[in-house]
Amino acid sequence: MFTATALNRRSYRRQSVAKAVFCLMTVALVIPVLLILGTLVVKGAPAISWEFLFTAPTNNMTAGGIFPALVGTIWLVVVALLASVPIGVAAALYLSEYAPDNLLTRAINLAIVNLAGVPSIVHALFGFGAFVLFFRFNASILAASLTLAVMTLPVVIVATRESLQAVPHAFREACWNMGATRWQTIRKVVLPNSISGILTGVILEVSRTSGETAPIMFTGAAMFVPFLPQSVFDQTMALSYHLYNVSTQLTDVPEELTYGVALVLIAIVLLMNAVSIGFRIYLRGLKKW
Amino acid sequence: MVDGVGLAQPRPSSFGPLYDGPPIIEVRDLGISYGGKPALRDASFDIYRHEIFGIIGPANSGKTSFLRALNRMDDFTTGMEVRGSIHINGKDVNDWRNLYALRSRIGVVLPLPVGLPLSVYDNVAFSPRLRGIRKKAQLDEVVERCLTRAALWDEVKDRLGSLGSLLSGGQQQRLTIARALSQEPELLLLDEFSIAVDPVTTMRIEDVLKDLRSELTIVLVTNLVQQARRLADRTAFFLTGELVEIGATEDLFEGNVKDERTTGYIEGRYG
Repeated sequence: MFTATALNRRSYRRQSVAKAVFCLMTVALVIPVLLILGTLVVKGAPAISWEFLFTAPTNNMTAGGIFPALVGTIWLVVVALLASVPIGVAAALYLSEYAPDNLLTRAINLAIVNLAGVPSIVHALFGFGAFVLFFRFNASILAASLTLAVMTLPVVIVATRESLQAVPHAFREACWNMGATRWQTIRKVVLPNSISGILTGVILEVSRTSGETAPIMFTGAAMFVPFLPQSVFDQTMALSYHLYNVSTQLTDVPEELTYGVALVLIAIVLLMNAVSIGFRIYLRGLKKW
Repeated sequence: MVDGVGLAQPRPSSFGPLYDGPPIIEVRDLGISYGGKPALRDASFDIYRHEIFGIIGPANSGKTSFLRALNRMDDFTTGMEVRGSIHINGKDVNDWRNLYALRSRIGVVLPLPVGLPLSVYDNVAFSPRLRGIRKKAQLDEVVERCLTRAALWDEVKDRLGSLGSLLSGGQQQRLTIARALSQEPELLLLDEFSIAVDPVTTMRIEDVLKDLRSELTIVLVTNLVQQARRLADRTAFFLTGELVEIGATEDLFEGNVKDERTTGYIEGRYG
């Protein structure tokens, strides 16, 4: 009675094959990641030092450190966040909690998805036209950050909307049934339980923003600025643009310096992602239902 | 009073005071549909103060839709359309400009318990706080009174700070009832409240409901016909969007019906 039939055995064999194929694909996926990281670490690590991180480039950027670019990237990210987070979260709150499901809101949702699909060079040209020329911000941190903000808005909106919608609808109904307004419901029940997802989205945005090159190269990033930015109207160096320059625009740059810049940049992005993942794990432990 | 389907006059109840005075709820020609699909058609009836009004009927008979129309949840439900009129305390529910004020006077208990992801204390203090009660002592008093009435106080009094959403299903349902009572409602709507509750707890809640009748009016939607028999003074039978019959509960259960379908449902021949 309890013996495997031919059909059983065949199903079992096929299942083993399927599992092996999927596993192989996963490994194939990991290989390039490991190769990139490995190369960067091996070739870039010798360049990393306190001096490299905290001094300015010298000798036409063939020596010295990356400090102005590091500080510039932080400026760009922070200003971009200040612009995109309030707008993105407010828009997501409206779309998820207030807006009726009609043609207009569907069109807006479609627009957001499309905005996410616009190539970054198009954002760059838009930012140049809108912020640099039309608003006369010139090439500045403000113009570059606003361009980055426009580009990353969909990330914030989608992440926020998804974490808002992860809060069960029954909670909202229970509040409404007690006579709570939509805003009271959002403030007391919905937001406290979705803030974690929203913050995760913000961190992901940071990692994306810090790595972008195209949107800032026409709008505020400079190849070399001998001083740190003093206000949002200054031009600035940025890590991503600096990497582009030392690897393609300049000659005689020592290889290890180029790899060092790349390593710092990717370390920042990975660090942000790690924070985001850790945050997510921590908050999952606090799950309230 | 209007003519219509079985608008039986209320009669003295066997377990409570006689209700008198004008009805608290007057429903006239009520039709409800979702995206053009009718859920309830041409229902007209009255509900009186201090009665427990039972609504029985199989799934998709329009019971829940009626409750949602009562506290104007159509405002929050895309595609839900309500025709006809519902007056509460003589005022048309459509005339309330501030729906939140209307809803805050109607307690609602849904089939599946919803412990808000707040502490047990904050769950019950939610509605009093919306009303502007801020004093700790006053809130403490409301929380203890409502939890006690909902037969939950003894089980949670030592952990009022723990999350309401992590209580057991039966406890969450009693928490939901405590929350509804904390609104100090004039009207309590119960929608199949005992689905997620064990029989012993159900009996305890039913006892609470009988006590509450002296203070408020209860509309009890249930798919347990025996629960309607135990609690309701009058019972309405809804079937696929039609108000088939309405009458004193004992009459319906003793076969004193105008429509044979009612007896058929009560005796379990369908539904």
